[in-house]
Amino acid sequence: MGPVLAGVLQLVALIAALALAHVPLGTYMAKVYSSDRHWRVERWIYRGIGADPDTEMRWPAYLRGLLAFSFVGVLFLYLLQRLQGVLPGSLGFSSIEPAQAFNTAVSFVTNTNWQSYYGEQAMGHVVQTGGLAVQNFVSAAVGMAVAVALVRGFARSRSGELGNFWSDLVRGVTRILLPGAAIAAVVLVACGVIQNFSGIHEVGQFMGGSQQWNGGAVASQEAIKELGTNGGGYFNANSAHPFENPTPFTNLFEIFLLLVIPFSLTRTFGVMVGSVRQGYAILATMATLWVGFVALMMWTEFAHHEGALQIAGGAMEGKEVRFGVGSSSIFAVSTTLTSTGAVDSFHSSFTGLGGGITLLGMMLGEIAPGGTGSGLYGMLVMAVIAVFIAGLMVGRTPEYLGKKIGTREIKLAACYLLITPALVLVFTAASMALPTPPHSMLNPGAHGFSEVLYAFTSASNNNGSAFAGLNANTDWYNTTTGLAMLLGRFLPMVFVLALAGSLAEQTPVPATAGTLRTEKPLFTGLLVGAILIITGLTYFPALALGPLAEGLAA
Amino acid sequence: MTTDTQKHEGSMSTAAPARAPHGDVPTAHKTPEGRVGAGLFDPKQLVTSLPDAFRKLDPRVQVKSPVMFVVWIGSVLTTVFSVKDPGDWFGWAISAWLWLTIVFANLAEAVAEGRGKAQADTLRRAKTDTVARRLIEDGSEERVPGTELRIGDLVVCEAGDVIPGDGDVVEGVASVDESAITGESAPVIRESGGDRSAVTGGTKVLSDRIVIKITTKPGETFIDRMINLVEGAARQKTPNEIALNILLASLTIVFLLAVATLPPFADYAGTHLTMVVLVALLVCLIPTTIGALLSAIGIAGMDRLVQRNVLAMSGRAVEAAGDVSTLLLDKTGTITLGNRQACEFVPVRGVTEAEVADAAQLSSLADETPEGRSIVVLAKEKYGLRERHQGELTDAEWIAFTAQTRMSGVDVDGRKVRKGAAGSVIAWVKERGGEVAEDAQELTGEISEAGGTPLLVAVEDTDGARVLGVIHLKDVVKDGMRERFEELRRMGIKTVMITGDNPLTAKAIAKEAGVDDFLAEATPEDKMALIKREQAGGKLVAMTGDGTNDAPALAQADVGVAMNTGTSAAKEAGNMVDLDSDPTKLIEIVEIGKQLLITRGALTTFSIANDVAKYFAIIPALFAAVYPGLDKLNIMRLSSPDSAILSAVVFNALIIIALVPLALRGVRYRPVSADRLLRRNLGIYGLGGLIAPFIGIKLIDLLISLIPGIG
Repeated sequence: MGPVLAGVLQLVALIAALALAHVPLGTYMAKVYSSDRHWRVERWIYRGIGADPDTEMRWPAYLRGLLAFSFVGVLFLYLLQRLQGVLPGSLGFSSIEPAQAFNTAVSFVTNTNWQSYYGEQAMGHVVQTGGLAVQNFVSAAVGMAVAVALVRGFARSRSGELGNFWSDLVRGVTRILLPGAAIAAVVLVACGVIQNFSGIHEVGQFMGGSQQWNGGAVASQEAIKELGTNGGGYFNANSAHPFENPTPFTNLFEIFLLLVIPFSLTRTFGVMVGSVRQGYAILATMATLWVGFVALMMWTEFAHHEGALQIAGGAMEGKEVRFGVGSSSIFAVSTTLTSTGAVDSFHSSFTGLGGGITLLGMMLGEIAPGGTGSGLYGMLVMAVIAVFIAGLMVGRTPEYLGKKIGTREIKLAACYLLITPALVLVFTAASMALPTPPHSMLNPGAHGFSEVLYAFTSASNNNGSAFAGLNANTDWYNTTTGLAMLLGRFLPMVFVLALAGSLAEQTPVPATAGTLRTEKPLFTGLLVGAILIITGLTYFPALALGPLAEGLAA
Repeated sequence: MTTDTQKHEGSMSTAAPARAPHGDVPTAHKTPEGRVGAGLFDPKQLVTSLPDAFRKLDPRVQVKSPVMFVVWIGSVLTTVFSVKDPGDWFGWAISAWLWLTIVFANLAEAVAEGRGKAQADTLRRAKTDTVARRLIEDGSEERVPGTELRIGDLVVCEAGDVIPGDGDVVEGVASVDESAITGESAPVIRESGGDRSAVTGGTKVLSDRIVIKITTKPGETFIDRMINLVEGAARQKTPNEIALNILLASLTIVFLLAVATLPPFADYAGTHLTMVVLVALLVCLIPTTIGALLSAIGIAGMDRLVQRNVLAMSGRAVEAAGDVSTLLLDKTGTITLGNRQACEFVPVRGVTEAEVADAAQLSSLADETPEGRSIVVLAKEKYGLRERHQGELTDAEWIAFTAQTRMSGVDVDGRKVRKGAAGSVIAWVKERGGEVAEDAQELTGEISEAGGTPLLVAVEDTDGARVLGVIHLKDVVKDGMRERFEELRRMGIKTVMITGDNPLTAKAIAKEAGVDDFLAEATPEDKMALIKREQAGGKLVAMTGDGTNDAPALAQADVGVAMNTGTSAAKEAGNMVDLDSDPTKLIEIVEIGKQLLITRGALTTFSIANDVAKYFAIIPALFAAVYPGLDKLNIMRLSSPDSAILSAVVFNALIIIALVPLALRGVRYRPVSADRLLRRNLGIYGLGGLIAPFIGIKLIDLLISLIPGIG
């Protein structure tokens, strides 16, 4: 079996598994967020944090809860890192410097998991498991809560009420992420991922010299790292490290994990708005983009005619031999399209165009299928924009799922649309214009520019993967990427929740033959086109000077 | 003498149904197909509007459109840089074409406004300064200028007077020439009380004397508002237009970011981008096409209504018309012709159809009501009975139809023939000791159930008094209404027929006309309740009305079209006035509303899709020198970097002019489902918008490369 065929077969297996899983999981999640019963353990939590899980919140209240919770999360994680040196169970690592501690705290709370540190050389058990892993769960649950609030905005009318943030947050953890991660962790352990609290081992190498091996609760963190589209690896090598991702099967399983919730949420959406076909339309949009990107990636990575690449069967530089080109391509596309940012290969080493695909994947705004929750709400905002333009073309005030897209809605959607491009372009331009930041680049020319562009694209879109090469542990990059992550996460959430509130206040418009049918393939096609064109137009000059200049040079 | 003839004319037009001439006869404003989509555009208008277009270069005008204001600033910048470096032909060429871009945008707006101005001038001529004859309390008159009238003043108008202000007739009847506002030369009757009491300032009394109570302040009269409307002075941005402007502004910001961040990227790559090039790139990317045409589209949309003699009081109402999902249509005059007509003669057992026809015709000769005339017509058309005249029959005693007897007939040659309402005729027969055939009752019942009105025909001769048969009168649904309703259904619009008929009759007519629903025995309260119910379900409702009792419903409806013949209360309550007083026009109004939105959406899509090609022209031109690989993106194989950038800018400017006719005329609208509309418009304006600039830019580049010293 050739490597191309192997890659395609893995892709087919992945699609089959996702197709099987998304209906039951999506329906289950809809039930979780619609149920009015609390588990006993949840009641304890509500009592502990002093929240009433049954009050309905309008969008400002929902947002206040979310921001307060996230702020406390950042503060806690920052202090934990700053105090690491005096905490027990830290493997003797010292406290993290302020800029990096800020960057890392923000990074994990925003579900970005950009890492400017080396996990095995900086973070002990307490920070990894008690701080970072906890945020892996709750930051993902926050994203899902916002998505569910937006879905409720579509589903509800004349109330403006979006549900209860605390209940959505807690249930996301207790009923979805914890059980899911537990099952996934067991599977990973069974396949060879480590799970212990052992210390650092110096191991002699075959060729002489020695290597440092850390133990740790890796499988449990690995599970939520993928399932919650976090991406922050226990080790610096992330999913390329054999302790995190030992076999081709675990590799495929990890890809499955990082895709399953974002794809399944489309089902949740369909169930909650009372039309699973609407969910399928969104699913189809996400799937088209994802499959298209995977196909493009495989094509760029396999199709090389130069000697070395041909012998290797593709562009093998930076890719693990045990995964090969096909599987690495699927992983790279999936991780950049989901805001996960875990890597099993080094995106910097992909072909010029392949690197461009990972960049463009993030630039789409992490919506195909995107992060846990953030993918769905991002895609729904794009749908609102597409509906607005297309809706005018059928001669009515545009409406989506019975809700009118009026001045207020379009204002909020347009603000959402502006944020990440502004962050990416302004920070990248500042880094290129200022004297010192370019010194962090490893490579000259277009590739060096791609490193910087990638860093801010990754941070602003809350992806967290790195192009590798760029030394991001400088005060400039720690601060700017930290700001990009913060603003790129919470500003869009403000607009999404305001949009949800505005939609939930409306009286629904009944669908007629004159209504734009948003569950039809035509609309899916339109949405795919709108996403590609709007993203393409925004970033084309930047992409031309980075990956395109490099990729087309050959 | 003169007054007498005018009186006669006046009474003639009273008898004729006021709406009939407008309903069926296509007016000059309609297109041959009678559909929206066509409008007049004369290329000469582009030239005549040029001075206006240059006047609009004023930044205070430009700032209203965020997209065009960015172009304006860009033009100023490139001009300044060209002045600093006067030897650079490229800078001058770009500057010139950027200014032209703005001029073209202004031109679109000026042409749209110009058409309204012509109409406003006509209206102004009608609004000559009038002298009003105000009644003072002691009953005497004083002459005051029309501009000094206050609400509540009573003024007298006699034949030949121009009515000095809007008001209601409180005394008298007069025929009035309203051609100044409606363009319709036939005079109309205005009388005190009832639903035809409203008069409009600027119209002319042709006969009689009326006393008018002024209801509007000078300067706020109907004609003043009309002038403001057609001139566009009162034009406010509609909700959709505002929303679209926001989207366009945010896209402009995105592109501003993309361009503004480019210099450091380019410097790193080893090439320096001049201000002229950056501005050119920016202008090409921001949605100038739709930004330039947006206000022209809105003005032209209102104008299309004015051309159809409909005045919308706000653009919001026009937009709402496109969203309407329920149409309330009055049965009479809209769905059916004004009057019921005889459609068949049904004999009772033992009598032939011809006998019934003969008796029916004979008894109806003295019936001048439209129903009576229709019986005579049917007898002639279907049974070949020559129309007899009352004079032909000597010694005949004619019994005319009255509301009291509800019968008409004739006594001739000892034979008495009667036709009339079932109850009256049965009573007449029984009075004369005659018998009523058993099946006569059944036949009347059947006709009633079918939605018709039965009239009985009876005779008394040597054989005694007896019922001969039944005349079936029915409402006649106007031609083509069924198809129209079918179209409306495809557009997703529900039609509800409003009628005072009983539910049985209403149901039958509703079925025949193909409306979706009906409201029988409708009172104004029922109408109001229906509108509120539909609105509570999230639907937008449109209706027409003319009476004072329609006013609350007209105000409640999202689109309320008042008939110009109606009361001033109705006109005040509605948000549109139909000068032709043709309720069927509601359907066209809906189509115009949809067309307005479609045109905006289509040109927005086109504008955004255009950008793809512009990138393929400009990016390789800027960077192929430092990154030769990027020349692969120059898929149009443009001749030189300068020519590529200039071609994109020129295309960007010319496409505006090319689309002016479309913006003014509106994208053609067909009443089909949303799906088919979307597929069609996406195909034309989406795919077309992707492909067209590739061809256009290439052609312009070919031309530019022919200019010696460039290329």
